[in-house]
Amino acid sequence: MLAYSLRRLLVAIPTILLLIVACFFLMHFAPGGPFTSERPLPPQVLANIEARYGLDQPLWKQLWDYLYNIVVHFDFGPSFKFKDRDVNDIIAQGFPISLTYGSLSFLVATAVGVSLGIAAAIKHNSWIDYFAVGLGIAAQALPNFIMGPILILTFTLWLGWLPGGGWNGGQWQYLIMPVIALATSYMGSIARITRSSMLEVLNSNFIRTARAKGLPTRTVIWRHALKPTLLPVVSYLGPVFVYVLTGSVFVDIYFSTGGLGQAYVGSALSRDYAVLLGVTILYGALTVVVNLLTDLAYAWFDPKIRY
Amino acid sequence: MNKIIRTSLAGLLSSTLITGAAIAAGTHPQTGEALADDQTFTYRVLDEHSSVDPQVVEDTDGADIVRDLFEGLMNQDENGNLVPGVATGFTVNDAKDVYTFTLRDDAKWSNGDPVTAGDFVYAWKRAVNPELSSPYAWFMELMSIENAAAIIAGEKPVDELGVKAIDDKTLEVRLSAPLPYFPQMTTHSTTFPAPQKVIEEFGDAWTKPENIVSNGAYVLTEHLPQERSVRERNEMYWDNDNTILDKVVALVINDENVALTRYLAGELDRTDIPAGQYPRMKQEHPDEAISYPRLCNYYYTFNLSDSGPEAFKNPNVRQALSLAVDRAIITEKVMAGGQPEAYTFAPEATAGFTTPEVEMTSMSQPERDELAKELLAEAGYGPDNPLSFELVYNTSEAHKKVAVAVSQMWKQKLGVQVELANMEWKVFLEERGNQNFDLARGAWCGDYNEASTFLDLLQSDSGYNDGKYNNARVDELLAEAKTSDDAAPLYTEVERIIAQEAPVIPVYHYAGVFMIDSDLGNWPVNNVEQNWYSKNLYKLAE
Amino acid sequence: MLGKSQKAAHLAEEITDYTVIQGRSLWQDARMRFVRNKAAMASIFILGLIVLFTIIGPYFAVWNNEEIDWNVMGDVRGMGMPSIETGHYFGVDDLGRDLYSRVIQATTTSLLVGLIGAATALIVGTCYGITAGYIGGRTDSAMMRFVDILLAIPATLIIILLLVVAGRSFFMLFIALGAVGWLTMARIVRGQTLTLKNREFIEAARAAGVSEFTIMYRHILPNLLGVVIVYASLLVPEMILTESFISFLGLGISEPYTSLGRLIAEGAGTMAYGTLWQLMFPLTIYVAIIITMFFIGDGLRDALDPKDR
Repeated sequence: MLAYSLRRLLVAIPTILLLIVACFFLMHFAPGGPFTSERPLPPQVLANIEARYGLDQPLWKQLWDYLYNIVVHFDFGPSFKFKDRDVNDIIAQGFPISLTYGSLSFLVATAVGVSLGIAAAIKHNSWIDYFAVGLGIAAQALPNFIMGPILILTFTLWLGWLPGGGWNGGQWQYLIMPVIALATSYMGSIARITRSSMLEVLNSNFIRTARAKGLPTRTVIWRHALKPTLLPVVSYLGPVFVYVLTGSVFVDIYFSTGGLGQAYVGSALSRDYAVLLGVTILYGALTVVVNLLTDLAYAWFDPKIRY
Repeated sequence: MNKIIRTSLAGLLSSTLITGAAIAAGTHPQTGEALADDQTFTYRVLDEHSSVDPQVVEDTDGADIVRDLFEGLMNQDENGNLVPGVATGFTVNDAKDVYTFTLRDDAKWSNGDPVTAGDFVYAWKRAVNPELSSPYAWFMELMSIENAAAIIAGEKPVDELGVKAIDDKTLEVRLSAPLPYFPQMTTHSTTFPAPQKVIEEFGDAWTKPENIVSNGAYVLTEHLPQERSVRERNEMYWDNDNTILDKVVALVINDENVALTRYLAGELDRTDIPAGQYPRMKQEHPDEAISYPRLCNYYYTFNLSDSGPEAFKNPNVRQALSLAVDRAIITEKVMAGGQPEAYTFAPEATAGFTTPEVEMTSMSQPERDELAKELLAEAGYGPDNPLSFELVYNTSEAHKKVAVAVSQMWKQKLGVQVELANMEWKVFLEERGNQNFDLARGAWCGDYNEASTFLDLLQSDSGYNDGKYNNARVDELLAEAKTSDDAAPLYTEVERIIAQEAPVIPVYHYAGVFMIDSDLGNWPVNNVEQNWYSKNLYKLAE
Repeated sequence: MLGKSQKAAHLAEEITDYTVIQGRSLWQDARMRFVRNKAAMASIFILGLIVLFTIIGPYFAVWNNEEIDWNVMGDVRGMGMPSIETGHYFGVDDLGRDLYSRVIQATTTSLLVGLIGAATALIVGTCYGITAGYIGGRTDSAMMRFVDILLAIPATLIIILLLVVAGRSFFMLFIALGAVGWLTMARIVRGQTLTLKNREFIEAARAAGVSEFTIMYRHILPNLLGVVIVYASLLVPEMILTESFISFLGLGISEPYTSLGRLIAEGAGTMAYGTLWQLMFPLTIYVAIIITMFFIGDGLRDALDPKDR
């Protein structure tokens, strides 16, 4: 297991390197640069700016310098759009915010989603099943861009209980709406996958055998059914976890949380190359780590899987 | 009785603070209106500002902040007229190419250092320095400052810029050619002074709240990117005693509908009204919904280059399309925010500009439609041979609405087939800049209050002329206007040619459409450039 | 306890039964069970109604989907509400266009987008996931790292490049949707394959000399279908919403055409301004699609579960 993990982490290095290279070239081939604007800059001014950021160099040289600065100085370069900040600043400021509301939403969505799914499967075709299914559908039917305005209208304008946005160092009043909005969008899917996976497991031979042996339902479910049930759920949760940790652009837009989601999408749209690459690398690194954890979780959930 | 107790309590509480807050919780010195105890102004900005470095900032939200933090030679008043800033006044020589500004003695930086002519010289040299590579370096070139162009191009050393500190309080500026509106341009953020010592000490990080030193009425005290920035009273500011607002908070709220909800919940004092919502807001909150003309235009530009459609080479076709656009519907029903209809390229609100009597304004819409049909038929387009082209615009709810409405007008009146195509902003700019379009949306906001800031766009060699309109007479008139004492008739002439040849379809001129809390005093609705200074605002007692 | 003769009779019966079952394929069997599932059949019926609505609906429309009602425009809140008299059965959108016709057109588009997009993701993701999971080892590792990279590359960039390289078209929209949708599917399928390939029945098949491809196709795939179909039915609404982002970037559907995702987003923006019908009509259809997808997915899962036979 340990050897496997180490090997995987070693593989992560070329993976991320490839990611950087791919993203770097895609970025430079996309039309419009960071300094394309409504009022095109006079050529001389543009040349000066490009020289300052090294954009006048050949691409391979830019890529080399970029990698060199990361490896040697852990410096991801300056932001092209926000002149007085660099990428390290932007990530250091945005990531903790996304991490906070993201992990809270993840916990809420997983806890509620999995419990609902399990309850629904155990009591298949009972009121609790219908309730869970209904709630799951409702959660899915209200995408972020409906949830956001509804929450703000309700809690800020009509009830006046919660501030309509901002972060304020992550005080609880500012956290509630982002967490609800983000959690609901995944809760429905998680409940759905858990329910169907549980149903499948409950139908399988080894559970039938366990039941036939006369084991109490509770034991059957907790001892035998839970682990295999969660396997596909974990596959789904892996990417969700990464999405959620790096923040949601909707949450950042509607609730002005200042997280990384907005910075990420914003940098792609404004072609802020350095920020885009920086966040992508963070994202890629998280993906690699989370996928490794998911794979290790597979082995834990199903002892027959070996690496 | 109650009031006395409250005031004395407030006095007790504030006695621990330094003076300057003395005016708050009193009455306005000039108007005598009762002022609120809490002099905080909170407003919404669409996006995170690019910088608060005066020579680097490039967006309007950022420029608003910089205008509070720094003070240039001259300021604008509520009506956009020049008033003294750091300079008490200026003189100009007979040739009109050397300006001498006298700086006030009591101007200070927030760290107590005096503001000197040297600070301006440093800042202006900084603006043209290729090393800083300011995106607004071209503004210095536009100001015609001696050698600015050559320095930007790297052909001359920075020290040869035509600015000189005669002594600590006298600044001399030499121009390469007389420029009638030069003093107006010194209200622009690029020309604001910069604190050399601080910049040299902290480098790029000098604009962080813990490092920044500024000479305006406010200092930056807090900045949480993508969330908020806070500026508070600068006790060292020379006119601090007359400054009423203590604190100004800019909240970043990307979604305009959410911003309006938060305004209605009382979290903001000012926000934009989404397109089309102004009439309802005006009805429900008559004191708060306001609209005033701004110095920006909105137009569609024909691609007249070789890559453009053959049909657009015919002025009659262009004219017909322009005639059939019912501006009244766009301004009253689509935007519905009090925008003026546009029949000329430069807005009517532009200073010293007389809009010409173009033929179209004297006709009713049915007459225009009739003429449009005739012109199009003459050009050989009709039901058998319908004109068809693509209209591109950048993705936005408001642009979409205008484009859809216009395309329907053309379709229903003239039988023209228009394919609408939205594009993400940077792709749009790239495609438009490379003449990869038939008809494209365009908009322009004046850099200064003079018609040339708009009309120069149609000069044949202008870098902003995406439609590649080319008319020798227009070029000639515009060149002449640069040095003329009375340029107004020349501009009118240019507009007349544009109206005849229709290289662009002006649709409307922008209006500032805002919800502004009725407690907020003195919002400069008459300043068409929307250069507002927090030091002139105040909060009224409820 | 059964008597001998009885047992023999019973056995004989079973054998005859067996031959009958033998004659039915997995798919026939599944179809029979699916037809017996009431919720799934009701959902098929509702989905049928929605499709029918998109086909027949236009014949009842007074306005087409792009025509602006100039009289209503400008006072949508006051005059644009749903009404039989004006011919705007669903009211009008913010520009005074008939929402009834627009919803019909949007539903057609979004159903196509949702179903084709999800199907593309399902096919590509399943093939990829099974291959990686079943082969395992270095191949698995390489294939999955490739997915990791694609997951991490910003979708915005890929979509913008597709727009530039290929230009705007309906076809490219599906390519873009497929490109972003199959990755998670591949991960889920691969995870399931990893557990399945160690099960006894696979080992038995292998011992019996069944070819690798047949094992994948005949033994692993049917056992995966449950989870895969449920996830695919989750993908349909996701695809419908993703389309609006792709259209935002300029690759998708352009005005005057629209989609449910876009109508819902527009309606959500103006929900506080007294024009709630602009949100409710498209949202209702969208929710109806989600619900039918849910039960159809569930029904398919039950029907295809090989253990249930």
